[in-house]
Amino acid sequence: MKLPIYLDYQATTPMDQRVLEAMLPYFTETFGNAASRNHIFGWKAEEVVGEAREQIASIIGASGKEIVFTSGATESDNLAIQGVAEFYKSKGNHIITASTEHKAVLDTCHYLEQKGYQITFLDVDKYGCVDLQQLEDAITDKTILVSIMAANNEIGTIHPIKEIGAITRAKGVLFHCDATQGIGKMPIDVDEMNIDLLSMTAHKIYGPKGIGALYARRKKPRVRLSPIIHGGGHERGMRSGTLNVSGIVGFAKAVEICQAEMVSEEERLIYLRDRLHKSLTDKLDYVFLNGHPTKRLPGNLNVSFAYVEGESLIMGINEIAVSSGSACTSASLEPSYVLRALGVGDDLAHSSIRFGIGRFTTVEEIDYTAEKMISTVSRLREMSPLYEMVCEGTDLSTVSWTSH
Amino acid sequence: MAYSDKVVDHYNAPRNVGSFGKEEENIGTGLVGAPECGDVMKLQIKVENEQIVDAKFKTFGCGSAIASSSLATEWLKGKSIDEALTIKNTDIVEELSLPPVKIHCSVLAEDAIRSAIKNYQDRSKGTSE
Repeated sequence: MKLPIYLDYQATTPMDQRVLEAMLPYFTETFGNAASRNHIFGWKAEEVVGEAREQIASIIGASGKEIVFTSGATESDNLAIQGVAEFYKSKGNHIITASTEHKAVLDTCHYLEQKGYQITFLDVDKYGCVDLQQLEDAITDKTILVSIMAANNEIGTIHPIKEIGAITRAKGVLFHCDATQGIGKMPIDVDEMNIDLLSMTAHKIYGPKGIGALYARRKKPRVRLSPIIHGGGHERGMRSGTLNVSGIVGFAKAVEICQAEMVSEEERLIYLRDRLHKSLTDKLDYVFLNGHPTKRLPGNLNVSFAYVEGESLIMGINEIAVSSGSACTSASLEPSYVLRALGVGDDLAHSSIRFGIGRFTTVEEIDYTAEKMISTVSRLREMSPLYEMVCEGTDLSTVSWTSH
Repeated sequence: MAYSDKVVDHYNAPRNVGSFGKEEENIGTGLVGAPECGDVMKLQIKVENEQIVDAKFKTFGCGSAIASSSLATEWLKGKSIDEALTIKNTDIVEELSLPPVKIHCSVLAEDAIRSAIKNYQDRSKGTSE
């Protein structure tokens, strides 16, 4: 086993060797511009992009014609939301999303709010799920778009996408789904789920960084978008810019591998995740799971180790790469807004760790991580005044703290 | 974020972790911070003839918070009450090379020192009256 251990697969993934090999010829040999219509270099690039488009579309049950290549999911989210908002502004100005969405969705919505759009940010329950009735009730005759993610990047909670799609279709409202974390990990079918727009990115599925896609439905209904990047009219005018051919080839290869291995991989990831969770809860008290106990990404385990602060915990396990919802790890000084939205107290949010398990994680790594976590949490609790008080029977909520 | 060597050293081998027994006399306890803010420090001093003869801490917080309170206990030992009151958060920042986002940890440590001393003084006034 090699150190450090990477357990942050929801942040990004290492590229699969098979993806790298598929990409290599497209840097130096088949390097043409897919928009060059006059020679073989361009034609070859266009051909390979066409094949890749079909491959990528197939993982969501779409057609290649419905794929718009972008630089990644952030751009896809921006294009979907801003593109719909601009194009359909004569129809309405209301957009519905959830408070636990990725910042690429939330900040785009806040931007539109300043431009005069009305945004509803739906609350979530303690597991991070939106309430379908609340969603339905929020739709008005001014609503043009509902944007809800497939699976949450922090807590792994999977939303009832099919049920949401049924509501938006019945109400005649477009449905955008940020499926950045869901692609390749859960079955997604845009027709069965009535998804009209869907964001994805390659680097979360063992592909390269810097390439993503937006699915935009072409039939029943045909989704129209105003572009946010203008230029040569590439991607049917929805996203100008020379196509990243090697990235697109890598993205397609990454999708192909996920399609072949998803079922067996899901089983393996759930085994590793549950093994880690069980080791931690067997040996430590006051460990709380964040997110849904079963409706969650196979490779996501988010837990709070009460009375221990997240950053100090990460410092103690510095050969294991994980992420924390603690404020101290970011410049914002505010703990995770996602955990907050679940009603997790700020104290427990500060104590949260996200373990992201993926394709190259081994049992040995999981066992080492569990052992290291247990010893570090125990050591830090030995020096935690909160743990001491709780062990003495003090109810921490009755203490008058000096907030600073 | 990279930690300074001194922060790492205090984190790995914190000085004076613990609590004084509840029956012990001449103890001053400072409890500052809040769980929802991500750091709480408990700092205790043991005083004999206006001299701090021992100090202990427990901290819930990031590595810099742990290091700041660990360093504070080191500095407190052997100081008189008056000398202890001259310890400034900026001294801690300098000693541990804390970056700007971690200055609040040093402020909290200074608060803990002052709070422990005040608690000692309040308690000794109480017993002498």
